[in-house]
Amino acid sequence: MINSIATLVHCNKVCKNYVMGDNVVRALVDVDLAIQHGEYVCVMGPSGSGKSTLMNLIGALDTPTSGSLEVDGNPLQTLNSDDLAQFRNQTVGFIFQQFNLMARTTALDNVRLPLLYSKLDREQAGQRAAECLELVGLSDRLDHQPSQLSGGQQQRVAIARALVNNPQLIMADEPTGALDTSTSGEIMDLFQSLNDQGMTIIVVTHEPEVAARSHRQVLFRDGRVVDDILTGVSA
Amino acid sequence: MTLPETFQIAVGALRLNATRSFLTMLGIIIGITSVIVMVSISEGAKQQVEQRINELGTSQLIIRPGASFRGGRSGGAGTATPISEKQMVELVQRLPFVEGGSGNIGTNAPVVLGNNNWQSQITGVHENYFDVRNITIEEGRRFTNGEINAAAKVAVLGLTVVNNLFDGRNPIGARVRIKNVPFQVIGLLEEKGQSSFGRDQDDVILIPISTARLRIAGNRYRTIPDDIGTMYLKIEDDYDMTLAQGEIEEQLRILRKLPPGADDDFSVRNMAEFIRARTETMTTLGMLLAATGAIALIVGGIGIMNIMLVSVTERTREIGLRLAVGARQQDILTQFLVEAIALCIIGSFIGVGLGIVVTVAIANISDWPVLFSIPVILGAIMSAALVGISFGYYPARKASNLNPIDALRYE
Repeated sequence: MINSIATLVHCNKVCKNYVMGDNVVRALVDVDLAIQHGEYVCVMGPSGSGKSTLMNLIGALDTPTSGSLEVDGNPLQTLNSDDLAQFRNQTVGFIFQQFNLMARTTALDNVRLPLLYSKLDREQAGQRAAECLELVGLSDRLDHQPSQLSGGQQQRVAIARALVNNPQLIMADEPTGALDTSTSGEIMDLFQSLNDQGMTIIVVTHEPEVAARSHRQVLFRDGRVVDDILTGVSA
Repeated sequence: MTLPETFQIAVGALRLNATRSFLTMLGIIIGITSVIVMVSISEGAKQQVEQRINELGTSQLIIRPGASFRGGRSGGAGTATPISEKQMVELVQRLPFVEGGSGNIGTNAPVVLGNNNWQSQITGVHENYFDVRNITIEEGRRFTNGEINAAAKVAVLGLTVVNNLFDGRNPIGARVRIKNVPFQVIGLLEEKGQSSFGRDQDDVILIPISTARLRIAGNRYRTIPDDIGTMYLKIEDDYDMTLAQGEIEEQLRILRKLPPGADDDFSVRNMAEFIRARTETMTTLGMLLAATGAIALIVGGIGIMNIMLVSVTERTREIGLRLAVGARQQDILTQFLVEAIALCIIGSFIGVGLGIVVTVAIANISDWPVLFSIPVILGAIMSAALVGISFGYYPARKASNLNPIDALRYE
């Protein structure tokens, strides 16, 4: 990778406040964080510490109250609604705790969903979706609906969906939270191999076993980064 | 995403909730069905009336003596003057746009043939009557001018009279007795059926006007020697009827020596106008019925908006997911709008089909004339699509304005 040492994500004094009734909840306070291409970062911390909020900001699902974010050269605060949609489509891939697959829709169609909003035509999209499902080991489950798949298989469909547009960055919010230990292991293996191939991965978790697989652990408490430990070598 | 693809996805989403989608469509289906049925029936009726106008001849004026004479009670000398043959001849001569005229003296009288008898409308007419009123002879011949001048005892019979007297025998040349006067049957009228007023137009016997005046009509038509009863005038085809009517009224006032300022002692009736008024009534009725259908469509549209709102709420997480993987607001708006439009268009197709089936069934059962109009069917489908756009826009807009993170977290 040409840009392997360049900064992929850059957070500069990012604050996020939520107004709940009369109270203002400060979810993120002056967060400075830089993530390089090819890193495998684990964001940890107790519930409400702001780690998911940071994920949503980096993925352009939400906007910061103040501060600036730059992801893959895109200053997010300057992008309009359509540009943000394109950014979410092309630059990041999301993986959720609850998988968020569309019910009564085949694995192939679920994986193809992001491609509906890209420039690929239907046939190319189908091929690309099938490739990604093969990559996560589900080439024999293309026509299965989520209800016919196990939890681990569903999460793998979700990973295939995150990969389908060749993003710069994969973000996973508690990806193993709804899975048993052995299935979690398979998912973590999958992340590992993706990272080995150069994919930048950010995982939010509070499971130490999951965190142990990453190369860098960022610890959040009360909306601030309280620790940032390098535990391994990035790919 | 291409439009057919979007449509395909929308139909797929609707099929996931097939029962609900169908129930939602029901409003549109009923609305479109009623529009198709009602408009087809009223168009059919309208066409029938128009056909009858053409049969009657739109270029025909009917002139009767003053109203005060009607009912047989004289309103005094001068006010009830009958129309004379002389006046008619003068009118036809003076006004070049009048192609011809005929008197009409009608009496109800018994007709006897052997042991059969029948009460019919005996009408004394001029030779021109057949042309003025577009009456065709089916068999035999019409009167000659000579027969009119000589008050010959000849008759042309309508089909109803023939059926009631002749038991299937050929009437031409036979002798029938009208009011005990023997008449020779010289012709048979072409069948005309019921008039638009429900009268049997075939229950008629035509005889020379002179014979009627002399032997059949009695004293009523003898106040002047050349009374012609009601006058029918045929106006040139392309001549403006209102203009013709005005000029005829003016001439008739002169011929009848009415002082300026006096009321007309005759009335001019324009058949076409009368029937056109009826057509207009029917058009109004048809529009009223179509308005009922439109109301059904609007109610159906509200049903669609309701269900689309429910659908947007139910699928909030799906919308959040789509936004998270790169859908633009525009994409979400289009998706839900196309779903609403698809509901309406599919509903309108079913409605059109059902409407045609129901209309054909009604036509078969009741024998009403029906007419399917392609513009109306296309219009119905278009208005259904319009309902989809109008009532689908608000829910679609609501969906597209969702914040991705709130939508994803929605429980």
